[in-house]
Amino acid sequence: MTLSIEAKKVIDFGVFLFLLFMGAVSVLVTFAIVWVLVVDTVRFFTHPEGGGFPTSLLRFFTETQWTPTFYNKQIGIWPLVNGTFLIAFISMVVAVPLGILVAVYLSEYASWKVRETVKPWLDFLEAVPTVVYGYFALLFITPLLQKMLEPFGIPVEGMNALSPGIVIGVMILPYTASMIEDAFKGVPQYLREASYSLGASKLRTALFVVLPAAKSGVLSAYLLGFSRAIGETMVVAVAAGMYPQLTANPLEPIQTITGYIVQVALGDLPFNSFEYLSIFAAGFMLFVITLILNSVAVYLKSKAVGY
Amino acid sequence: MEQSIEAKRNNVGLKLKEFDIEGYTSSVRRRDKIFEIVGLLSTFLVLLFLFAISVDLLIDGWSRIKDPNFYKSYPSRFPEEAGFLSSWVGTIYVMAGAIFWAVVLGIPAGIYLEEYGGKGKIARIIEANISNLAAVPSIVYGLLALGVFVYRFKFGESVLTAGLTLGLLMLPVVVVATRESIRRIPRSIREAAYALGATRWETLLHHILPYSLGGIFTGLIIAASRAIGETAPLITIGALTFIAFLPPAPWEDFFGMLMSPFTVIPIQMYNWVSRPQEAFHTNAAAAGFILLVIALLMNSVAFYLRFKVRRKYQW
Repeated sequence: MTLSIEAKKVIDFGVFLFLLFMGAVSVLVTFAIVWVLVVDTVRFFTHPEGGGFPTSLLRFFTETQWTPTFYNKQIGIWPLVNGTFLIAFISMVVAVPLGILVAVYLSEYASWKVRETVKPWLDFLEAVPTVVYGYFALLFITPLLQKMLEPFGIPVEGMNALSPGIVIGVMILPYTASMIEDAFKGVPQYLREASYSLGASKLRTALFVVLPAAKSGVLSAYLLGFSRAIGETMVVAVAAGMYPQLTANPLEPIQTITGYIVQVALGDLPFNSFEYLSIFAAGFMLFVITLILNSVAVYLKSKAVGY
Repeated sequence: MEQSIEAKRNNVGLKLKEFDIEGYTSSVRRRDKIFEIVGLLSTFLVLLFLFAISVDLLIDGWSRIKDPNFYKSYPSRFPEEAGFLSSWVGTIYVMAGAIFWAVVLGIPAGIYLEEYGGKGKIARIIEANISNLAAVPSIVYGLLALGVFVYRFKFGESVLTAGLTLGLLMLPVVVVATRESIRRIPRSIREAAYALGATRWETLLHHILPYSLGGIFTGLIIAASRAIGETAPLITIGALTFIAFLPPAPWEDFFGMLMSPFTVIPIQMYNWVSRPQEAFHTNAAAAGFILLVIALLMNSVAFYLRFKVRRKYQW
C-alpha cells in the first residue's frame, strides 16, 4: 500500500492528536475527582440538615461526634480522623522498623540469589486482595491477640484497631521496602567502598553511610506508605468496627474515614441526601490528607542529593 | 586544665595498650552477622505472613473449595447452599471492561508521553498528574464513579460503571509500564526507520509498538491482578451483594450486559466475612483462597513474561 506524502502527513498528525487526547483524558480524570469532591462537599456544608454554610463548617471542626446517619445528626470529623490516624500509626510502628531491616538486608547483605527469590514473593504480597487481608485480620490476628493478651487481664474486643493496624503494616511493607531499596540503589558504590577502605564494617557502612545518604528517599518512602495506610479501606471495614470515637486505645472498635464511606455506601443512598453528601465530605478530607502527604513525599524525593 | 600534658599522654598510652584489637574486630564481625540474621529473619517473617494467610484460608475454606456446587450456585441464605457463580461471572465481565478502558486510555497516553511529549509543558502536566493519580486512595475513585458515572452520567450500578472505575484505577500502572518498555528501545531503531523514510506513526506501528508489547502486557497483567481484588471502589458505587442471576451474554444483548447489575468475588467475600454466622466465614475463606490463587497465577504469568522479554530484546 503506498500513500501519498500528503496523506501520510495527515495520518501522522491524526495519530499525534489521538495520542495527545488520550493523554489528556488522565488530566480530565483528576479534574473530575476534584470537581465531584468539591461540589458535593460544598453541597454537604450548605445542606439544611447540617445547619447551613457557616454553622456546618464550624460544627465539622468543633463537634466531637460523627453521626450524620442518625436522627440526631452530629458532624464532627475528628473521631473519623482519629481512627484513621490511629490505624495508620499502628501500621507504621510495624512498617518502619521492618521496612528498614528488609530493605537494608536485601540491598546490602543478601546474595543475588536470595534477592531474586524473595523479590517476586514480596511483589506478590502487594497483589493480595485487601479484603483477604481483612479476613485474616478479623479471623486470625484478632483471636490470636485475644489469646495472647487476655491471660494478662487485657480485654480485646472482637473489633479493634490493633489487628487491622498490624495487618496494614505488613501490607504496605513490600511497597515501602522496595522504595527504600531504590533509594539505597541511588547511593553510589564509591561511597560504600570509601567506607570499607577506612575499615568500616558492612553494618556501619549501611547505617552510617548509605542510610544518611539516602535519607530523603527513605523518608519519602515512609510518607507514601503512611498515605497508603490512611487510604486503606477493606481491612478496616472488615476488622476495625463501625464505631467512630475519639480514643487512643487500640483495643477498642473505631471507625476510619474509609470505613465510614463503605458503611454508608452499603446502605441505600438517595442521591443528594445528607448521608450521601456526607461520604463526599469525608472523602474530601481523605483526599486532602493523602494529597498533602504525597506532595511532601514528592518534594522530599526531588530534594534527594544527586551524586 | 589541672592535668599536665604529660599525664594526658600517659592516659592515652594506657588506653592504646589496653585496646584489644582482636576483640574489637570480632565483636564488629559478630554484630554484622547478628544484623544479617535479623534482616533475614524479618524478611522471612514477612513471607511467613503470606504463607500464614494462604494456609489459613485453605484450611478454613477447604470444605467449600472442593465442593463443585460452590462454583455452580448463586448466593443463598443457607451457607451450605451458597455459591459464588454470579460473582465469578461478574468478575470476568467487569475485568474485561476494566482491561479495555485501561488499554484504550493507558497505552496511548504512555506512547504520547514517551514519544511525543519530550520535555514540553503539556507532557510535564500529564506526567505529574499521572503520578498523582497513582497515589489517590482507591476509594476516592469509587466516590468519583458514584458522583459522575452513577448519578451524573446515569450509568447506574452497572457492569459498565464498574469496568470504567477499575480501568481508571489501572490507568497509572499501565501508563508507567508503557513508558518504561518504550524507553528501553534504543534511539538507533527509530533513526534507522526515519532514515528509510518512515513517518512517525509508521515507526510507531512497525517498530516501537511490537518491541514494547511484551513489557506493556506485563504491566497490564500486574495492574489487572491488583484490580481484580479491588473491593472498596465497587462497594462505593453500590454493587449489590445478593445477585441471583447472571448478566445477559454479551453476544446476545451487549447493552443489557453493560447495564446489568453485578457482583464480583471480593464483594461477595466481604459480604460473607461481615456476617456473624461462622458457616459463612467458610465460604468467605474459600472465595478468598480462589482470589489469592488467581492473583498468584496472574503474577506468575507477568513474571514469566518479563523474563522472556528481557531475554528476547537485549539491545
